[in-house]
Amino acid sequence: MTAIPFKTAPSLRSNRRWALIAAYACLGIFVVFFLFPPYYMLVTSLKTNAEIAELASNPWIVTDGVTFGHYEHLLTESSFPRFFLNTTIVTVIVVAITMVISVLAAYSLARLRFWGSGVLATGVFLTYLVPDTLLFIPLFKIVGWLGLLDTYWSLVLVYPTLTVPFCTWIMIGYFGSIPRELDEAALIDGANHLQMLLKVFIPVALPGLIAATIFAFTVAWANFLYPLAYIYSESEMVLTVGTVTTLIKGDVFHWGGLMAGALLAAAPPVILYAFLMDYYIAGLTSGATKG
Amino acid sequence: MADVTLQNLVKTFDTVEAVRGIDLSIPNNEFVVLVGPSGCGKSTVLRMIAGLEDVTGGDIRIADERVNDVPPKDRNIAMVFQNYALYPHMTVAQNMSFGLRLRKVAKSEIRDKVQRAADILGIAELLDRRPRELSGGQRQRVAMGRAIVRDPEVFLFDEPLSNLDAKLRGQMRIEIQRLHQQLRTTTIYVTHDQVEAMTLADRVVVMNAGRIEQAGTPDEVYHRPRTRFVAGFMGSPAMNFLDCQITEANGSTVARLAAGPALPLPAEQAARVRNHIGRKLVAGLRPENIREAASHDGANSSGVPHDVSIDIVEPLGRETIVYFRLGDATLCARVGTEVHPRAGEQTSLVFHPDRLHLIDPETDLVL
Amino acid sequence: MRVLPPLLRRKPAVAVLMCVPLFALILGLVAYPFFHALFLATLNKAETAFVGLDNFTFLFGRQTFWMVVRQSLLFALVAVVFKALIGLAAAHAINTIPTKGQRKWRGMMLIPWVIPPALSTLGWWWLFEPTYSAINWGLTKFAMPAVPWLSDTFWARFSIILVNVWVGAPFFLIMYLAALKSIPGELYEAAEMDGAGPWQKFFYITLPMIRNIIAITTLFSIIVTLANFDIVRVLTQGGPLNTTHLFATYAFRVGIESGDIPLGASVSLFMFPMLAILAFIILRNVRRRAASLA
Ligand SMILES: Nc1ncnc2c1ncn2[C@@H]1O[C@H](COP(=O)(O)OP(=O)(O)O)[C@@H](O)[C@H]1O
Ligand SMILES: [Mg+2]
Repeated sequence: MTAIPFKTAPSLRSNRRWALIAAYACLGIFVVFFLFPPYYMLVTSLKTNAEIAELASNPWIVTDGVTFGHYEHLLTESSFPRFFLNTTIVTVIVVAITMVISVLAAYSLARLRFWGSGVLATGVFLTYLVPDTLLFIPLFKIVGWLGLLDTYWSLVLVYPTLTVPFCTWIMIGYFGSIPRELDEAALIDGANHLQMLLKVFIPVALPGLIAATIFAFTVAWANFLYPLAYIYSESEMVLTVGTVTTLIKGDVFHWGGLMAGALLAAAPPVILYAFLMDYYIAGLTSGATKG
Repeated sequence: MADVTLQNLVKTFDTVEAVRGIDLSIPNNEFVVLVGPSGCGKSTVLRMIAGLEDVTGGDIRIADERVNDVPPKDRNIAMVFQNYALYPHMTVAQNMSFGLRLRKVAKSEIRDKVQRAADILGIAELLDRRPRELSGGQRQRVAMGRAIVRDPEVFLFDEPLSNLDAKLRGQMRIEIQRLHQQLRTTTIYVTHDQVEAMTLADRVVVMNAGRIEQAGTPDEVYHRPRTRFVAGFMGSPAMNFLDCQITEANGSTVARLAAGPALPLPAEQAARVRNHIGRKLVAGLRPENIREAASHDGANSSGVPHDVSIDIVEPLGRETIVYFRLGDATLCARVGTEVHPRAGEQTSLVFHPDRLHLIDPETDLVL
Repeated sequence: MRVLPPLLRRKPAVAVLMCVPLFALILGLVAYPFFHALFLATLNKAETAFVGLDNFTFLFGRQTFWMVVRQSLLFALVAVVFKALIGLAAAHAINTIPTKGQRKWRGMMLIPWVIPPALSTLGWWWLFEPTYSAINWGLTKFAMPAVPWLSDTFWARFSIILVNVWVGAPFFLIMYLAALKSIPGELYEAAEMDGAGPWQKFFYITLPMIRNIIAITTLFSIIVTLANFDIVRVLTQGGPLNTTHLFATYAFRVGIESGDIPLGASVSLFMFPMLAILAFIILRNVRRRAASLA
C-alpha cells in the first residue's frame, strides 16, 4: 500500500472539524440576532416603570427587581382581555370556515376531476399569491356595503381570502399523495363520497390538515392591515391592532405594558408552533415544492 | 358464491384499446388466473369486474345479473390489491371490519367474522396493530382478511404477491390455495407470473394485447398451447423457437431444424402437418426436451443426438441450464446433474421430438 | 354502446358541488374586488364622477409617488437578497451539525417568523426609541456614535430593511433546509471520493440541486416583501417626510386615512403588474419542478 490513504484521512477529518466549528459559530451569531429583540421585550416587560425610565443602568438586564405589574395591569385594567377574546372568536371561526372550504375543494380537485378543475387549481395557486395589501381598498367598500365596518365580523368575511387558497393548495398535495388504491378499496368496502372523505382521506392526511390549520390560525391571528383599516372601536378590536394603537396611548412610560401586551398577544401562535412545528414545516415546504 | 360471465368485454382509454373483446365464463367455485405480460389488460378486466372502471362495451354478469351499472359496493365482490391498500390509520381489526361497519352490521357479528377470518389466516394476535407495524407478508394476510370477512360472492386478486420476496411468495401461494379449498369462493386472480398461474389455477387464461390467447387447465396451456404466444409465455426458461422445414423421407415425416438435427415426427403429429410438407415452419421445443446424451430417464430411445458447442452454463443444483448456439439461434437445454458441461466445450445433446410444437409462421397458431 | 355506472356519472356533479364555496370565495372576494378596484381607480375622490386615468396621471406627476415606487423596489430587492443569504447560510450551518441538535437550533431561529410581525415590530420600535434605544446604549459602550434609527432617512430605510430581514429570513431557512435535506447523501460521498472539498461540494452539488427552490422561494418572497405593510406602518408610518413609504402604506395613508379611496385603490393597483409578472414566473417554475419530479 502507498501512503496516500494515510495522508488524506486526517485532512478529511480536520476539514469536517473546521466545517463544524464554523457552523456552530454561524449558528451562535444567528441565534443572537434572531432572539435579542424578543429577549429585550421580555426584559422590558418585567421592569418597573422607574427602571425603564432610568437612563444610566444597563437596559439589557433587570437590575431593579422583577415585576409582573405590567401583566397584571394589562389583564385587569385594560381592554386587552377584550382584544384577546375578539381575536380568539375571529380566529376560531375563520379556521373552521377555512378548513371546511379547503378540504372539500381539495378532495374534489385532487380526486374527482371535472371540466375546468385544472384551471381552478391554478386559480387557487394564483389567489394564494395575491397579498392582502392589493385588495384592501375595494374590500373596504364591500365590507361597508355589508354593514360590517367597525365589527370584527368584517375580518371573518375577508380573512378566508388569505387562508383558503394556501390551505386548499397543500391539501390538494396531501390528498394527491394518497394512493388511488386506497379509495378503490374504500369504494369496494362501500364508502360514499362523504364517508370516503371523513373516514379515509382526512385521517390519512391528518398531518396536512394540521399544517393547514396552523397556517390559517397564524394568518388570522397575526393580520394587521384589515383590522387597522376596518375597525375603529376599542370593543371590536383584535390583538394586533389593539396592542399597537390603544396601548400606546397610555401614560408616558407605557413601554413595559406595551411589551407585555405584545408578548402575551404573540404567545398563542408561539406555543402552537412549539408543539406542532414539524407538521407545519412539512406542510409549508411540501406546499411550495410539490405542487 | 356465483359464476361470472364476461361477454365481448371492451375497454378503451381515450385512444388506448386496453381490452379488445373478452369472452369468458367462470363457473361457481372456480379459481381462474388471468396471466399475461405487463400491459396486456389483465388489471383492466379485473377492475371492470370490480366496478372500478366503466365498461366501454360488452357485458359483465355476476350470478346472472348484469352488473355494468352496479356500483362496486353492491356487486358483492372483494378485492386484494398489489400494494395491499390497507387503511394506514386503522388497526388490523378496523381495516378488516371497515366494510361491515359501513354496512351497519351488528357489532357482535362483526367481531365474530373478524375473529374467524383472523383465525383462518393466522393473524389473530395482530388484530390491534396498525399496518405500518406489520411485515409485507402480514399485510398481505390482512388484505386477504379484509376480503374474507365480507363473505363476497367473488374474490378478485390483482398481483397480490408481487411485492413479496421470492420465499414469502411461495408460502403465500400455498396459503391462497388452501384458502380457496376451504372457502370455495369463485376467484379471479391476475398475475404476470406464469408459475403462480400454473400452481394456483383451476383454469389459466392467457392474455395478450387485450385478448384471450387461450383458456384451459394449467396442463393444457403448458402442454398443448394453441398459439406461439402461449407456447413462449408459459414455462421458464422459455420454449426454444427455431425455423424448420417439414420433409418426407423413406415414408416418415421429418422436421429438419435450421442448422440442427432432423427430428422424425410421431405418427399422429405427422398426420397433422401432412399439408405443410415442404414448407418452412417454426419449431418449438422446451428446454426439458433437449437432454444430455447419457440421460437415464429412458426417453432416449426416440431422441436424436446432435453435437453442439456450449455457450453458457447455469448450474441450479437440481438441474443445469445450458445455453448453446445452433446456427444463428441461441437455444436452451436442461440437463441432469450427472453431467458437468463447461462453457466452450463440444458436447452431444439429445433432441426429443415427441413434445415438438410446430407453428405456422403466418398465423402463429400451433398445428 | 357506452354505459357509465351511475356512481361515475354522478362524479362531476358532486365534484363541482364541493368546489362551490371555494369558487364563490375566489369570485366574490378576490376577482370581484379586483375589478371593483379597477373601477374605483377611475372615479374622483367623492366617487361621484368618472375621471378616466386622471388618478394615475395625478400620481405620475407627484414626486412622492415616484419616491414610493423607488423605495418599494429598493426595499424589496435589498431585503430579499439579505433574507436569502442569511437563510442559506443558516440552513447550511444547521445541515452541517449533527442531526440530533438540528431541531433545537431550527426551533430557536424560527421564533421571529412565528411572532405576528406587527407585534415583534413593536419590540424593534422600542429598541430604536431615540432616547432609550438599547442598541444605542450598546453602541456607545463600544465608543461608537448613537444612531438616529428612525429620524434620518437613510437609517430609517436601513431599519425597515433590517426588521424585514429579521422577520423573513427564517422562511428562507426552512425552505432551504428542506431542500438541502432532500439531496441524497451519496452524492456528497461520491464527490468526496472524487476529491471535492467543502466549497466544491457546495458549488457543484448543493447549489445546482436546490436552484429551483431558491428561485421559487426568492420570487415568492419578493411578492410578500413588495406588498409589506406592517413593519413600515408600525416603525415609521412612512416618515420621515414620506421617505419610507411602500405601496401598501402609501395606499393606506391616501385611501383610508385621507379618505381618497379611488386614489388609494390606484396606488395599490400599481403593484399589480409587478405581482402578475412574478406570479407568472413562479407558476412556470412550479410547473417545471412538478414535471421534473413526476
Ligand atoms: N387509467 C388509464 N388511462 C389510460 N390508459 C390506461 C389506464 N389504465 C391502463 N391503461 C392502459 O391499458 C393497458 C392495459 O393496462 P393494464 O390492464 O393495467 O395491464 P396489466 O394489468 O395487464 O399490466 C396498458 O397499455 C395501460 O397503459
Ligand atoms: Mg396490472
